[in-house]
Amino acid sequence: MKQKSRNILVAGEAGQGLVTLSQILTKALVRAGYYLVVTQSYQSRIRGGHNSYALRVSDQEIIAPIETVDLLIALDQKSIDIHMGELAPSGLVVVDENISSKDHDRILRAPFSKLADNKFSNSVALGMVSALLGLKENETNETLRSFFDKHGADATEHNMVSCSAGFDWVMRRGVDFPKLAPPNLQKDRLTLNGNEATALGAIAAGMKFFCFYPMSPATSIATALAEHSAEIEIALEQAEDEISAINMAIGASFSGAPSMVATSGGGFALMTEAVSLSGMTETPVVIVVAQRPGPSTGLPTRTEQADLEFVLHGGHGEFPRAIFAPGNVEQAFHLTRSAFEVANRYNTPVFILTDQFLADSYRSVQCFDLASVNPIDPCANSSAETDPHLTYFLTESGVSPRSFPGMTTNCVRASSSQELVVADSDEHTQDGHLTEDFLIRISMVEKRLRKFQGIKSECVPPDYIGDSEPDLLFICWGSSRGSTIEAAEQLKTEATRVGVLHFSQVWPLVPETFVKKITSAKKTIAVESNATAQFARLIRRETGIEIGASILRYDGLPITPEYIVARI
Amino acid sequence: MVTLAEYGEYETAWCPGCGNHSILKAMKQALVALKLEPHQVLFVSGIGQAAKAPHYLNANVFNGLHGRSLPVATGAKICNPELTVIAESGDGCSYGEGGNHFLAAIRRNPNITMVVHNNQVYGLTKGQASPTSETGFVTKNQPKGAFSEPFNPVEIAVAMNAGFVARGFSGRIDHLAGLIQEAIKHKGFSLLDVLQPCVSFNKVNTFGWYDQRCYNLPDDYDSSNRQEALIRAEEWGERIPVGVLYRNQRPVYEENFPFVMNGPAAKTKVDMRKVSGILDLYR
Repeated sequence: MKQKSRNILVAGEAGQGLVTLSQILTKALVRAGYYLVVTQSYQSRIRGGHNSYALRVSDQEIIAPIETVDLLIALDQKSIDIHMGELAPSGLVVVDENISSKDHDRILRAPFSKLADNKFSNSVALGMVSALLGLKENETNETLRSFFDKHGADATEHNMVSCSAGFDWVMRRGVDFPKLAPPNLQKDRLTLNGNEATALGAIAAGMKFFCFYPMSPATSIATALAEHSAEIEIALEQAEDEISAINMAIGASFSGAPSMVATSGGGFALMTEAVSLSGMTETPVVIVVAQRPGPSTGLPTRTEQADLEFVLHGGHGEFPRAIFAPGNVEQAFHLTRSAFEVANRYNTPVFILTDQFLADSYRSVQCFDLASVNPIDPCANSSAETDPHLTYFLTESGVSPRSFPGMTTNCVRASSSQELVVADSDEHTQDGHLTEDFLIRISMVEKRLRKFQGIKSECVPPDYIGDSEPDLLFICWGSSRGSTIEAAEQLKTEATRVGVLHFSQVWPLVPETFVKKITSAKKTIAVESNATAQFARLIRRETGIEIGASILRYDGLPITPEYIVARI
Repeated sequence: MVTLAEYGEYETAWCPGCGNHSILKAMKQALVALKLEPHQVLFVSGIGQAAKAPHYLNANVFNGLHGRSLPVATGAKICNPELTVIAESGDGCSYGEGGNHFLAAIRRNPNITMVVHNNQVYGLTKGQASPTSETGFVTKNQPKGAFSEPFNPVEIAVAMNAGFVARGFSGRIDHLAGLIQEAIKHKGFSLLDVLQPCVSFNKVNTFGWYDQRCYNLPDDYDSSNRQEALIRAEEWGERIPVGVLYRNQRPVYEENFPFVMNGPAAKTKVDMRKVSGILDLYR
């Protein structure tokens, strides 16, 4: 295979500053005009251990992480020991000459401490990598400046001088390392990871309340929102627990604020009672579940796609829901906005099912076109008004017009006690009061379930990429999108036609939008980051179709094209 | 003019003689006295017989999950500070299942009022010990008597520097109505723990038991004195003080978000130019 990208791995202990170095490099590469896929791998500890940050970069479009390393920036000996086996034949390791390391023709020992004070050695490394890849010194330095500006002129100056020293050292030495092809992309792009895109999608949707209890890998959504919440007027609260977080969001939504919570498996387990509350009281809420490997605390900082069935069934009783599963950063932005729209239109819980890999994966994306994005209007859903207001007015669509306490259905301040909003977690009458009447029970169950037809009608169909009428069809969902598509490209030959069916909405499923594609393929393979092929099982349950085979990964690392190709 | 009639009269599912009836009556009196109209008030309750109280008056209601009234009430208040938000539930809901939220709400200090119907027993589930049941309290489920030390909500609240801590007795409706008014008027989190008889399952702490013991705090009682409040909050047994035990003005939680004071979140629109500016930060 022709090498269309370089994979740069920065590895070392937690606390050595590898994330800062990697983030600056990430931004410098995107600003220079390259495509990028980042994979972060870290342990559940604050200092020490072994962490890595892989930047796959190319002048051509890339959408997946890969395992072979072209350039390893090793901040300690352990990083060399662990990753030497992943080094490409033409690969290079850059390491401080003070780290005792056997001489090796693929190891470049650099005099970090001679080039700059130890405090700035990561900036030296940044300069070296820039020179090795063929980036322009001033562009890297400008990115560095924008990172350190807030730390004061002194810090900025020292870091820039150190970066230049590293850059010059590589240039003077004339190290033989293949430079990146010149980029041909517009430079006007964004650098975002999945969680940042989710946060921005929620902002663009008009979210007004966000609540969370810290849990990896969902927390950085809150961190991203915290930076902008005052400016954009979002109330953001760290709750005492996940139970409180979702109940607060439901309370906020009940009083008229589009609301969201974000958590991971264990936190979602605590939220499920209130998921059911949202379904019963018909109070919309958006719930982000950033998956990590379970059961229980599992591998807290790794990735997996094993909570599909949990999110599909989380919450007791029967009520409609929708589950989005973004396949990349763009989808994380747009589907988060869609999640608010669906929740608001159908007054029910809506999920965004993502995972650690996507949550932490930086990508380069075209700036989102906000002209096509309208914030949702919680006050707009007031057709079929009744007087007095009935929270659970029985309609043909099952959707009742909403109103908020203290307001009329048109969101004007209420002036009479005719305008009251009553919601109940018990079975209730149309005016919201609890009842044990069996006939009303039946009509309310049916009303709630009727909304499912509407949700289904606007379900995002799966995306098909590849040859028409493929011999081999991969079926995947969520973040395994990029790797599956890239694996399909590699497997495609003149004799074999390959395609990928990617689901970015995994519930509801609308068989008419994909069954033909599956039945017409000679061979079908489900690609999922879990041990039991949950999505393949869901397809069988909904359609009766058995997916022929599966490629599953559940070691905690993201699926890569190599992983798939090796298992064909 | 708001009248009692506007808050309506409803058939209830409560036992005759239950303290809930009196608390409901006092609540309606208090709302009328405060000139609050039904649409200005939001009741949030949990699960249990006390949690049904908001169904028996005419106002906005969110009757949610067992123990979760405070988070819902807090979320609703932040996103529409114009509402008078009252969380109302029983002792099991508020101090058992909802214990963590009780502590967090005191710390957070949103401008909401928590009214707890405290009958020291679980009524709806037919007579188990509650967090406030006295040690040794015998029930079908605790035949050897409740083992645990009872939870003292007012003492905990004072110890945590809650903004407003009061105890009432359902047998003194006018006094209770006054306490509800004081609690609602207090800016910040207010706890009003209301002692009430459960005629079906608590044969120890009866109307007479409470009535003999409850005494009104004297007129010269200084509710700003935390040490004195702790002493009174601990007083239990032969004499039980009722009234405002403690007042302490603290910063109000929702004012932490200045913009929420501009009006209900439902009516504020996100400024897409600002969103565009935020996207630029990621270039």
